[in-house]
Amino acid sequence: MMKTGKKAKNQLLRRDVLRIGGGVALSAPFVGRAWAQTTDINMLAWYGHGEPDMVGAFEEANNVKFVPKYYAGGDNMLALIAQSPPGTYDIILSDGEFVQQLNAAGYIEPLEASDYPFDDMLHEDFTKFPGHWDGDTLYSMILRGGHLGVSYNTTAMSAEEASSYAGFWKPELAGKVGHFDWHLPTLGMMSLKNGNGAGLWDLSDDQWSAVQETTMSLRPQVGGFFDYGGTFNGLKNGEMLAMCGIGDWITGVLERDGAPVASVIPKEGGIQFTESYCIGKGSSKADLVKSFIQYMMSPEGQVKSAQMLAYPGFCVTKAGRKLLQEVDPAEAKRSHQIEGMANDPIALINEGRIHYRDIPQQQSLEDWNDFWSEYKNA
Amino acid sequence: MSARRKIDFYALTWRLPIIVWQLVFFVGPVLFMVALSFFLVKNYRMTEAFEFVNWQRMLTRGFFWDSYWYTLFIASLSGTIAMSVAFPAAWALAFRASDTLRRWAVFLLIIPFFTSYLVRTFSWYVILAESGVLNAMLGYIGLGPFRMLNSHFGTVVGYLTLTLPLAVILQTVTMANIDKTLIEAARNLGCKPLATIWRVVLPLSKTGFIVAALFCFILAFGDFVAPFYLGGSQEPTLPILILDTTKSGQQWPRAAVVAIMMMLTLFTVAFTAIALAYRKPKGVR
Repeated sequence: MMKTGKKAKNQLLRRDVLRIGGGVALSAPFVGRAWAQTTDINMLAWYGHGEPDMVGAFEEANNVKFVPKYYAGGDNMLALIAQSPPGTYDIILSDGEFVQQLNAAGYIEPLEASDYPFDDMLHEDFTKFPGHWDGDTLYSMILRGGHLGVSYNTTAMSAEEASSYAGFWKPELAGKVGHFDWHLPTLGMMSLKNGNGAGLWDLSDDQWSAVQETTMSLRPQVGGFFDYGGTFNGLKNGEMLAMCGIGDWITGVLERDGAPVASVIPKEGGIQFTESYCIGKGSSKADLVKSFIQYMMSPEGQVKSAQMLAYPGFCVTKAGRKLLQEVDPAEAKRSHQIEGMANDPIALINEGRIHYRDIPQQQSLEDWNDFWSEYKNA
Repeated sequence: MSARRKIDFYALTWRLPIIVWQLVFFVGPVLFMVALSFFLVKNYRMTEAFEFVNWQRMLTRGFFWDSYWYTLFIASLSGTIAMSVAFPAAWALAFRASDTLRRWAVFLLIIPFFTSYLVRTFSWYVILAESGVLNAMLGYIGLGPFRMLNSHFGTVVGYLTLTLPLAVILQTVTMANIDKTLIEAARNLGCKPLATIWRVVLPLSKTGFIVAALFCFILAFGDFVAPFYLGGSQEPTLPILILDTTKSGQQWPRAAVVAIMMMLTLFTVAFTAIALAYRKPKGVR
């Protein structure tokens, strides 16, 4: 039996409660102050860009917290900004082709070009990337890119078959060709197949009709239309043996896991997606955002971008590529980011085989989308 | 002196919350959606207007009507399958099972609803994939592999995942409430088993069965998950069309047109079904 007045083992006395409670109460303001010092940075981006593998180190070093809002597609991004008050987003990751529209609508702040490593770009095009400048004023900083072409299961298609978009029509692939459910990349590819080359987005009525006809002829081969997750699963479980509208940004993730998939740029040419950072108009944290963009443009940041877990992209700076080759030679090799390798993304651009993704010049996006709906229903 | 009808404030107080709820969360949003269908989108921003261009644009497009008829067909088909497949199970639970077994069965039928429908849908990937469980089993008897994912079959399987447990529960509850002496009387008077079902059980279960079928149809008609993830968007149903419309160009007003057409269809089907369910047989006053 326990004696009165004597503290039993593990027994919490009133004095202990007061002592612990008091300690907690006294430390609360400090804890609160520490929390309060963390600055939130609101980010609008494609999925993955606000995840710890990308922003974690910067958050820790600068006591900031990224609050990402993810979108899927440039239209979606523009709509989210249009429907938000100025200053809602501090940093915006935009597809290259939509920067011009962001600027025209006054949604982004000008940048100081001298803050960024333009003298270290891997390709001259990246220094004056289309739409990123208005005269001599910079509005967006190119972060990375990726190439879209023929993505395929290497057990079902040979590299030679995949070297042309015609490979999608291979009879053995009937019902096994998947689409990433966005009209822009697929119709761009069909335009390339029709031989429109550099004019793939600038289609006359006749060319547009021909692109629709080519696309429709692919319909019997199609096994489904998928979002990111569906595309990923379709290729992984072998339901889809070829995928139209994507590239290494999806097959790269699967390749890392050892799946027998690959992406190549066919002889008709490929499409480049480009991702760039902008500072949101009216952001009160422009200096912090500038620091973050500088960090992402540093060799370390470029490596993080190339290794991004959600989907990989290639480095745009020489120093970034060099560091990637040093710290992660396997990824550098897998993504062909080594000089002299076949399909080196920079060599492909130099060879004129890559066309930057754009929006239709002579038709509206709605026209393309309406056709896409017709195609899906065919 | 004329009798004046007094307002019953006590009753009104109890009725008011549901009236307010319906006004705020149903009537209001529906009216807003109708207004939205006349708005315009300029530079990705909606502007208030009263233009019929969205209605004209959507209702004159072949792809809209393709999606419409396909959605109507596939939802009706899955409703019919759900009701047919559910019937033997519900019959057994209502007339053959003990009370304890029936309670357990209903409990087990409710359990799937504890898990997210999306998770249940994704679990079908493992079973229906070409390299999945079902094809592996069929392979042992020399059949297949069959393509079950990204097909109409996949869509229907997804719909049934959503509706079948509900159909069984509603049918069971309906049939369990039938006076069993009526069935016994029919059998004693020489009615054969199938005729008993047709002439006694079904007429007595009509209301419950129609309500169950209606629920199955409504859930399937508005479902996005099954046709997208198991059907591979081929062909796109109306919910997928809504997504496509909003994704490109942020055409919420055009999506509102699709949504209103869906609601009108559901209202028509629901009112017809309810009228049918409560229609008195000929000769009954």
